[in-house]
Amino acid sequence: MNSLNLFQLLNGLTFAALLFVVASGFTLIFGLLRIVNLAHGALYLLGGYIGYAAALATGSFLLAVLAAMASVALAGLALDQGLLRFVRGFELRQVLLTLGVAFILNDLGLLAWGGDTFTVPVPEALRGALRFAGVFYPKYRLFVLALGLVVFLLLWLLLNRTRLGALIRAGVDDAETLEAMGVNIRRIFLVTFMLGAALAGLGGVVGGAFLTLYPGADSEILVFSLAVVIIGGRGSLPGAAIGALMVGLLNSIGQVMFPELAYFVIFGPMALILAFRPLGLFGRAA
Amino acid sequence: MLEVEGLHSFYGDAHVLHGASLTLPEGEVLALLGRNGMGKTTLIRSIMGLRPPAVRQGSIRWKGEELLGLPAHEIARRRVGIVPQGRRLFPSLTVLEHLTTLKPARATGGWTVAKAFEFFPRLAERKANRGHELSGGERQMLAIARALMTDPALLLMDEPTEGLAPVMVQQVERIVLELRRAGLTILLVEQNLYSALALADRVSILETGRVVHEAAASEAGHDHATLTRFLGVH
Repeated sequence: MNSLNLFQLLNGLTFAALLFVVASGFTLIFGLLRIVNLAHGALYLLGGYIGYAAALATGSFLLAVLAAMASVALAGLALDQGLLRFVRGFELRQVLLTLGVAFILNDLGLLAWGGDTFTVPVPEALRGALRFAGVFYPKYRLFVLALGLVVFLLLWLLLNRTRLGALIRAGVDDAETLEAMGVNIRRIFLVTFMLGAALAGLGGVVGGAFLTLYPGADSEILVFSLAVVIIGGRGSLPGAAIGALMVGLLNSIGQVMFPELAYFVIFGPMALILAFRPLGLFGRAA
Repeated sequence: MLEVEGLHSFYGDAHVLHGASLTLPEGEVLALLGRNGMGKTTLIRSIMGLRPPAVRQGSIRWKGEELLGLPAHEIARRRVGIVPQGRRLFPSLTVLEHLTTLKPARATGGWTVAKAFEFFPRLAERKANRGHELSGGERQMLAIARALMTDPALLLMDEPTEGLAPVMVQQVERIVLELRRAGLTILLVEQNLYSALALADRVSILETGRVVHEAAASEAGHDHATLTRFLGVH
């Protein structure tokens, strides 16, 4: 059994930052629309592939990020307006529908990009490693850590300091009453769905540069995101942050100390939390 | 004028409203009375366009326009406001956010945050608190203030004095009277008969999903036979 060192701790934190980016979009959709969007992982992978293609075509990481976010937000728009709107109010049908979309997107990905593994190229400035406190640590992963913090801050400001954010929070609390107050809740749903999808796309590009992209990467990130949201409580941004930290760090600990039990180290504590707080750490009853 | 005619509303297969009808002229207060389970809240929800219940028959006209079939937010845009049963505040929003977030862009006149705080000074003191940190009376005031911010001409109030201490009941009554004086049309569901008689111009009694008795509030208070028969009041 190995002990945990700074390097592994940082690995856990940077993975947590990526998980937060992906799971924050997931939890917003879950909280507001009351559905587990099982296509969220597929949207992540789609974002990664599109980002990869855009990075190769333009040579710019920033453009790759923007292209991925925009196109996955549009995929979210199509999913919401083209499919989900026909099964509104039927939660199980919506979930099954998103599962079907996940399968279709994955097969399309396989058709377009094949079964190979891709790595999104990172800009020159983020290549190499920094040396501090006796470790060499990849600059890019530190960038991901910073990005996670920035995304948290921006989302926090959006939710707590803007009218749209207040409408989203009110919608998470009680969508029906919000509608009775004259708010077109469908429009709030749509904006939130597109925002959540864009965050999945962002995660795909950013994650695709250090976790690589391959068929199946979507379900891995989906399972981790699900754990994050269940631990944190649906619709809660601080919950997603704490959940991501726990899952990221437990994943590192598990891989280093109990490699045979890596999944159990994440899902064991999750089950324990659910036993005492069935709605997650920050979850509230509807 | 609010005109509800022959409304049949269902919760799943449960037939709750059996042809309920009522008319409410503008500027008046109509109290809807009836024992629990007779369909009062179902009628309020049907008018507001909240689903369930499913409305399968009848019509709901407000100022001559049919509301049935419109989504709730469209009904709210036609200046119908609701103070729902149980308050239904947003736990994540502060008192101030309850008032600012819902202010529609079209509502240029009428209620402002400043006016609401003048009307409900207790809320001004607690504007940074969240809904669940308020007392029962403050919650009810916030639910009323929130509805006013949507700039209603017709206000549906579902048991606004429910669960309140007597002193708070008096305050809510005073508020309803002031709103009535300000010209609002109010449909009031009220368990407390004496509140209802004091606040309303007319009363309608709902029994198993039908309006079975209508009278001026001033007369209803003396009609002991009817009160005993439909409300169990002695």
